[in-house]
Amino acid sequence: MSDSKSLDSPDRRNFLEMATGAVGAAGVAAAAWPFVQSMNPSSDVLAKGITEADLAPIPLGESHTVAWQGKPVFIVHRKPEVAAAMQASPGGKDPEPDQKRAKKPEWLVVVGVCTHLGCVPSRTEEGWLCPCHGSVYDNSGRIIQGPAPANLEVPLYHFVGNDKIVIGEA
Amino acid sequence: MINRIIGWVDQRFPITAIIKHEATEYPVAPNLNYWWNFGSLAGVVLVLQIVTGIFLAMHYKADVTLAFDSIQHIMRSVNYGWLIRYIHATGASAFFAVIYIHISRTLYYGSYRGPRELLWWTGLLLLLLVMGAAFMGYLLPWGQMSFWGAQVITNLFGAIPLVGGHIVVLLRGDFSVGDPTLTRFFALHYLIPFIIAGAVVIHLVALHTVKSSNPSGLPIADKDNIPFHPYYTSKDLFGVGVFLIIFCSFVFFVPDAFIEPDNNIPANPMQTPPHIVPEWYFLPFYAILRSIPDKLLGVVGMGLGIVILAALPYLDRSKIPGGSRYRPIFKALFFVFIADAFVLGYVGAHPPEGPMVLIGRIATVIYFGYIVSMPFVSKWEESWLRKRGLPAPVQKYLDEQAAGGTK
Ligand code: FES
Repeated sequence: MSDSKSLDSPDRRNFLEMATGAVGAAGVAAAAWPFVQSMNPSSDVLAKGITEADLAPIPLGESHTVAWQGKPVFIVHRKPEVAAAMQASPGGKDPEPDQKRAKKPEWLVVVGVCTHLGCVPSRTEEGWLCPCHGSVYDNSGRIIQGPAPANLEVPLYHFVGNDKIVIGEA
Repeated sequence: MINRIIGWVDQRFPITAIIKHEATEYPVAPNLNYWWNFGSLAGVVLVLQIVTGIFLAMHYKADVTLAFDSIQHIMRSVNYGWLIRYIHATGASAFFAVIYIHISRTLYYGSYRGPRELLWWTGLLLLLLVMGAAFMGYLLPWGQMSFWGAQVITNLFGAIPLVGGHIVVLLRGDFSVGDPTLTRFFALHYLIPFIIAGAVVIHLVALHTVKSSNPSGLPIADKDNIPFHPYYTSKDLFGVGVFLIIFCSFVFFVPDAFIEPDNNIPANPMQTPPHIVPEWYFLPFYAILRSIPDKLLGVVGMGLGIVILAALPYLDRSKIPGGSRYRPIFKALFFVFIADAFVLGYVGAHPPEGPMVLIGRIATVIYFGYIVSMPFVSKWEESWLRKRGLPAPVQKYLDEQAAGGTK
């Protein structure tokens, strides 16, 4: 048992105050966690995370847009000369080889969301041009010019046979 | 009978004393001009927005499949729905017009200077809250501009290093702006006005503690103050009348003036409109964002555009009291600043091509230059004015201050 002197000690009081404060703060943080998490994507939103796309109807040189996670994904059927030119060029301010971005040279799959502030770039001969603040992307979706800091994102995807891709899983 | 009821309440809650102290007999400087009307006017617009908003919420549906159509339903089928919605949409613009004039008055007359720092800061906080409410409200009609505005602005948070991407998803509740975003924006759009009302009470408590500034440039002696009622109740009411005439001419004659045509197209996440612009009241800040060629710095610059104003009470180091009344350089720079804000607004409304880029950058530098140079300019102006000889009332005031200081 402690005597009355140690009971009155300021150290002891300070320690108890700090411990109470720490336990209280941890409790508030733990209670806040479910609320913050409730704002993150719900399971049905996450379930929309996979999209299958059929490649057969996309003619050579054309681009199709499919929706994945509510975002547009551009699937471009690149002509051999375009693919070759892209493989030869290192990219712009965020250099990345085309071989790493396209699983097959004739198919480019990128998320159609400008890495600047999220507008959908429009298709041009040379790649894409973002209407919002003028970012220019090449035919590998790499940033060439403008305020966007990074290349168009390549989503996780894999080929099923030759004519189909599944976006959202590797 | 009435008196007995009031007496009964007074014994339990000092209602009469509060009304006397804070309203009817609240002492105010006798020389306030019409620029001092805009504070109470902002309060009137807040009430207008809350009331129209509650009635709109009775018919609006926050669901991506229903939202756009429910607005059409309000416009076409709900009795007087068109009127309530047009008041609410015009009210948003009126709110900013009134607030911006209120802030300009504060800058011109130096009303932010000590001891009114807290009054100034709660005012800036109110501005940020109103901006938040306006931004979230703008998503609700679920038109193209609504959608892409929200897409771009939530994306700004992606500029935060490391956690940016997660924060964007957390804000949206989805990987792009979608149904979860719409429902939470509606919930918050309904909540924020009540937080604003609370912050207004704090703003007013601070005001009633330090009292209104006045246009003379010198503090007014307590004995010269006049009671708020009837002098300023009538003056404020007159202002409300003038305001309503202008407001109603917008509501009834050009109700679409503040509604972007593109917003009459339902939101399409697969296609960005060729030219997206924010609402006019965000344009200067949008121009700052675009003028800085780095994503993160652009976002920081835009936020700083408002936040840095909070430092003004400390940046203004002049001993000459008040604002523009006795300070010609301060006055000239004020007009440069206001003109600059208009230039930024113009740049923000146009695509960033050709001369717009350069003009935007210069205007951004001037905007921040006004604030950052204030400590030096105010000191230099003071010594220049002293050399020229100060006007008698200012000299007298400074002498009194000096005498008080040595006591
Ligand atoms: S969003 Fe594409 S350039 Fe800004």
